[in-house]
Amino acid sequence: MITAMGRPSPLARAAKGLVLALCCAAVVVPFVGIVSTSLATREEVTRSGGFVLLPGEISFAAYEAILSGGVVTRATLVSLFVTAAGTALSLVATTLLAYGLSRPGSFAHRPLLLTVLFAILFGPGLIPSYLVVKSLGLVDTYWALLLPPMINAFNVIILRAFFQELPPEVLESARIDGAGDLAILWRIVLPLSKAALAVIGLFYGVGYWNAFFGALLYLNDSGMWPLQLVLRTYVVNQTQLGIDQLGGGAALPPQEAVQMAILVLSIVPILLVYPFVQRHFSKGVLIGAVKG
Amino acid sequence: MTAHHPVAVEAAAAPRRRMRWHQRLLRDRVLVLVALPGVLSLLVFHYLPWLGNVIAFKDYQPYIGILESPWVGLNNFRVIWEGDPGFLNALSNTLIITLLQVLIVFPAPIALALLLDSLISQRLKKVVQSILYLPHFLSWVIVVAVFQQMFGNAGLLNSFLRTHDLATVSIITNPELFKLLVTSQVLWKDAGWATILFLAALARIDVELYEASAVDGAGRWRQLWHVTLPGLRSLIVLLLILRLGDSLTVGFEQIILQEPAVGRQVSEVLDTYVFNHAILAADWGQGAAVGLVKGLVGVLLVLGANRLAHRLGERGIYSR
Repeated sequence: MITAMGRPSPLARAAKGLVLALCCAAVVVPFVGIVSTSLATREEVTRSGGFVLLPGEISFAAYEAILSGGVVTRATLVSLFVTAAGTALSLVATTLLAYGLSRPGSFAHRPLLLTVLFAILFGPGLIPSYLVVKSLGLVDTYWALLLPPMINAFNVIILRAFFQELPPEVLESARIDGAGDLAILWRIVLPLSKAALAVIGLFYGVGYWNAFFGALLYLNDSGMWPLQLVLRTYVVNQTQLGIDQLGGGAALPPQEAVQMAILVLSIVPILLVYPFVQRHFSKGVLIGAVKG
Repeated sequence: MTAHHPVAVEAAAAPRRRMRWHQRLLRDRVLVLVALPGVLSLLVFHYLPWLGNVIAFKDYQPYIGILESPWVGLNNFRVIWEGDPGFLNALSNTLIITLLQVLIVFPAPIALALLLDSLISQRLKKVVQSILYLPHFLSWVIVVAVFQQMFGNAGLLNSFLRTHDLATVSIITNPELFKLLVTSQVLWKDAGWATILFLAALARIDVELYEASAVDGAGRWRQLWHVTLPGLRSLIVLLLILRLGDSLTVGFEQIILQEPAVGRQVSEVLDTYVFNHAILAADWGQGAAVGLVKGLVGVLLVLGANRLAHRLGERGIYSR
């Protein structure tokens, strides 16, 4: 394998290519299978013994069943609401906090910054957190899913680092023109930080969409459940979905197809936003944070 | 300290210092005001819970409240120093899973990043990265469901074996394989994403170092050993410190989801022990005691690992 001058041998290159191809297949193949199974007909599911890798005949019956009212439709709406509201709240609060901390030497800068930094190092325990949420009367409300994770201290530090790297001349000239701190944030800092905000927003959004344990802990009423809990009940724990849980009234599609359709439904929103933010990953905020 | 300097010099050198606190508050009122909602949220949901840890020293009864519940001293900590079998089991499961993850999951992104970095076509590299980063954004519920579909009784692997008249294998429900299963799920979910840091570090290694070593006749393996790995050393140490600090924390959601399939004996870890005891079995004080000790040990581990990093001449997570 050792070649004298830099260029790898053909054998080494083939081996590398093979390993990378296998890694990609490990991600792609399950997705193909899940989508195929969700589109499969009853005969096809029976023939394959449960999991269909490539569908012959395509049927959208499973999607019609879960999307025409019923448990899954409601849970999807709940998840969309929690994700939208949570991301908006988090993004606003994080941006404001990061901006407030972006000027060393400002009033109470050190204690405020330390408050954020210590929060990264020492997370609160499960039981005490539960007691706080409970004593604030947030159990069985959506606030229990929105407020505790509102500020991710790590995101604050990343965004603060990004704000501090903005060219100081631009901010200074705006100040000379008489712009106040809020005007500078709104007119200069935010427009220059779109990429960073997009990535932070994605992190928050994915967090809210994927949150499962908070809902398990704080929502006793299954009517309030988000999609992840429905996914656990009907897909991971294999509880049967009957007419009562599904909308419409037509013949029930195969259980496997319904389960995989729910799984697809929970993945699709992430696939939708992923490409928009993906290009910011390598050049964006992360690298800055690592350097700092 | 300021009093010893002439006023004029002091004013020119550091005009800020001379402002009184209320003047600075007036000047920075917007900054302080916008920081408040976020700080308040941290105080309530991050710092206030610390006070709740007092129930570790009480016989907490939810209906009479934290203040009224009787003090019991260190009674709740007896599960730890008397070695309650359930606690010891959770501790050993936690440590075994951590060990497996440090051995198997930790090196994987380094190797993967080296492979990605050696791809010559930038477009191909982008595509591969996009695919490998994706699982990181899926929830644990989804990851567990995906593994069931692949390796479960009715999953892809067993369907294949069945249609070819081969014996099926039980993976998801096999207690003996549980720790490896959990480890491979973490590998699948996060190994790709973790390459992002190593790729950034690789990009910062000076190309001249490679050229110089090639002139000196170093082959690819020697370059890897003498140029590439030293370039990654700081990052590897940093990430190892963070991982060591998290030794007692292994995938809570991931494990609670799969506990029913294999039972507590093999799957219970410290975090799920706390949850199962405190919230499900209403043994609040004991749960909080174990949680508190776990948190404190975690902090000590980070500080200890960081000190070790300083000994090795690295920066670690903070410098002195």
